[in-house]
Amino acid sequence: MRLPFEDVVNRHGPTVLRVCRAVVGGPDAEDAWAETFLAALRAYPELPATANVEAWLVTIAHRKAIDQHRSRARRPVPWAELPEQVAVVPETDAALWAALAALPPRQRQAVAYHHLGGLPYREVAGILGNSEAAARRAASDGVAALRRALQSGEGP
Amino acid sequence: MTELFGGSDGSAVADATALHRLHARLVTTAADEGLLDVAYRTVDSPFGPLLLAATDVGLVRVAFDAAVTGVGFDLVLGSLADRVSPRVLHAPARLDQVARELDEYFAGRRRVFEVPVDLRLAAGFRRAVLGHLPDVRFGSVATYGAVAVLAGHPRAVRAVGTACATNPVPIVVPCHRVVRADGALGGYLGGPDAKRELLALEGVLER
Repeated sequence: MRLPFEDVVNRHGPTVLRVCRAVVGGPDAEDAWAETFLAALRAYPELPATANVEAWLVTIAHRKAIDQHRSRARRPVPWAELPEQVAVVPETDAALWAALAALPPRQRQAVAYHHLGGLPYREVAGILGNSEAAARRAASDGVAALRRALQSGEGP
Repeated sequence: MTELFGGSDGSAVADATALHRLHARLVTTAADEGLLDVAYRTVDSPFGPLLLAATDVGLVRVAFDAAVTGVGFDLVLGSLADRVSPRVLHAPARLDQVARELDEYFAGRRRVFEVPVDLRLAAGFRRAVLGHLPDVRFGSVATYGAVAVLAGHPRAVRAVGTACATNPVPIVVPCHRVVRADGALGGYLGGPDAKRELLALEGVLER
């Protein structure tokens, strides 16, 4: 039986939102989510039944995040300063998201796709176009940097 | 690492709000882009919850709930995903007209459904039979044999029974108005009580 797309949204929507927030941040994260699920809906009938749906969604989210990063580069608004961010993320989490946003892109992506998206390093490497070892190292460096940022309480 | 990303209750609530908003946005964009192949919602009825589903052609499915059919809505939706398209989304507003007409019907204020119907889930003779059922008007009944005649195959009485038993859009396509020649009500995919209730609502039987 083919899973109705509604179930895909319900099962994976929360994870993809956290991944988008980690990688894109701020209000742009919701745009990335919306574009990810619209693209996924379009392609869904052709997705092989055996595919790892979450890995597939995170891969799409990765591409959408890169697109957004490019368009944001032309429209330089630091997301942490936008008021919407305060409205949707409680203060304790805000420090974490801010620390994530301060990581180098590769580390931030590796942390997001492995620890938030739940993808094995092999899949993360596939998305990032590097080796499994490199993906593992990026995530591990990212987590170490996050711990330092959160323990020092200084933020980024 | 788990403790870093465990998330607080506050963020879960914020996420739920955001996801609700994002779902609505997805439904709107999907419809604009022609990607909402199957929209569905549930409504209350005198027979418990009903699942309603529509394509861009019209109402494609009305399902009684598992208490009556033994088949849950999740399986009905899975079957729609297999047979129509997996692009299935919960989009209540898309079914507002059906929901309103059903409400009016159950309240005794509507005798004819105007909402377009999509009979793609029925094929061949079954589909032909369903196409003729609206000829059996509100407040009247026809025998399986009479419907076989209407559909152009007078001897296909049993096939009419099968067409009714597998009607994908019951109530709106009125298979409940088809009864046995000996005066018995005959079977109903929503259960015999529902058939009796519907015919009582239409004034054919006493309540």
